[in-house]
Amino acid sequence: MPHFKKPAEGSWTEHLKIGTEPVSYEDSISPEQYEREREAIFKRTWLNVGRVEQLPRKGSYFTKELDAARTSVVVVRGTDGEVRAFHNVCRHRGNKLVWNDFPREETSGVCRQFTCKYHAWRYDLDGKLAFVQQEGEFFDLDKSAYGLKQVQTEVWEGFVFVNLDPENTTPLRAYLGEFAKGIEGYPFHKLTQVHKYRAEIGSNWKLFIDAFAEFYHAPILHSGQYMADEARKIQKYGYEALHYDIDGPHSMVSSWGGIAPPHDRKMVKPIEAALHSGLFGPWDAPDIGLALEDLPPAINPSRDKRWGMDSFVFFPNFMLLIWRPNWVLTYHYWPTSYNTHIFEGTCYFVPPENAFQRLQQELAAVSFKEYGLQDGNTLEATQTMLESRAVRDFPLNDQEVLLRHLHRTARAYVDDHQRRSAEAGTPATS
Amino acid sequence: MASVFPDGFEALEPFADWAVRGEKARYAKRLASTMDELDAFYNVAFPLLESSKDYLEQVSMEDISEQDKRLLWLFCALVTVAFPVEAWRQPRVPDSGPSTIDAILEPAV
Repeated sequence: MPHFKKPAEGSWTEHLKIGTEPVSYEDSISPEQYEREREAIFKRTWLNVGRVEQLPRKGSYFTKELDAARTSVVVVRGTDGEVRAFHNVCRHRGNKLVWNDFPREETSGVCRQFTCKYHAWRYDLDGKLAFVQQEGEFFDLDKSAYGLKQVQTEVWEGFVFVNLDPENTTPLRAYLGEFAKGIEGYPFHKLTQVHKYRAEIGSNWKLFIDAFAEFYHAPILHSGQYMADEARKIQKYGYEALHYDIDGPHSMVSSWGGIAPPHDRKMVKPIEAALHSGLFGPWDAPDIGLALEDLPPAINPSRDKRWGMDSFVFFPNFMLLIWRPNWVLTYHYWPTSYNTHIFEGTCYFVPPENAFQRLQQELAAVSFKEYGLQDGNTLEATQTMLESRAVRDFPLNDQEVLLRHLHRTARAYVDDHQRRSAEAGTPATS
Repeated sequence: MASVFPDGFEALEPFADWAVRGEKARYAKRLASTMDELDAFYNVAFPLLESSKDYLEQVSMEDISEQDKRLLWLFCALVTVAFPVEAWRQPRVPDSGPSTIDAILEPAV
């Protein structure tokens, strides 16, 4: 018995015209396909690498490891206040320019210039080569030709994106499409209280997006998070979303409210009842200057009173969750091989005014982590069994429509890149 | 010497070692503890959390005292400990095997 209305076609999947057949996950277990994805996707699309709040003043910088694109970038706020990104490589002998103790770990700070640890070549915040050690020993060195290699950088609503492909001239806003347009105006800049988590996951990057792009699994995998009687009720109820949509490579699911706060307080654990908070965030939403009905149009697109949160998948690896109680969660999935990736989950809250609010936020952030641990480990089990290739086709239901779209999109990017490379007579992978 | 916690929270003194700064360190302490230890801490701290909403709401984050800071860290530890006590009945998340999710950026207090 459906709880929410579906489109006239009878299903979201048919409405969105993305096929209903069983799906192969060969794209998540093939090392060769992963190499193709690196070229076709991670070296060529806009990737969100952080927030402007990470660059509070001139000279603020952070590095981002982009293993799937085989590079590292340094993102910096210049003396003119502009945000720029550069390949994190010294033009002299190719040393990684900005790192601290551990070359493979990301770092951040404030500086006036970047100095290479190897031979002390120095670059200003705009990437210009400013100083060469023993310059006279070189041969007609034209310093102006050896600035840092710049990467396209644009900011959308405070989210900093880079695009490693100099030939990809699609502006960020055009790439992010209708969902981004419909989110603009949400006061992300007021949500500056940050809890950030990181995990190394033994699965293909898309499989974790799959896990977080559907909630069909939540009443089952996470049932231990509820009181026992309630877990049984929730399983019987199952999960249905309010709304699904796709726009180009991107997709979204809009969900009902769940437990923030629950109608039936028996559903919640004692700590949640004591703090009025839980996975869905603090139950009492802080003032963000926007009433529920005034939220930008892409948020709660069905304008349903029961709305609880929206989850946007901006292809390839950036997920943005906007919760009814006025907080935001982002997920990033950074591939490191065909069957491993780094997962990042970041909670953004309005800064708490008092210790009680701080505890409410702590419970929301820690709840996300407890759930995430269950998801992350399950994925390792999934990856190993997919790799057995004992089963090759998997049926996806109408609540798993975002997964179907993600795998289709990733395959389409690869196929399109292969075709264009063949036409141009260049190898599709380097 | 001033007491570790504000007046009215003397019952927490035996559990002062739970006033740990940082979620990563609090989580590590949870994993290193037995269920008996987690229960003992929870059984004393949880009723105090329940009864001190009014107190905590008047503790401003702008000029929080050292005593209130320790109290806040201890209650943050209680949040972390509530999962094994109320749901898992074991320090680790069930079925989480060797997986970890680490806090890499946290609010200063």
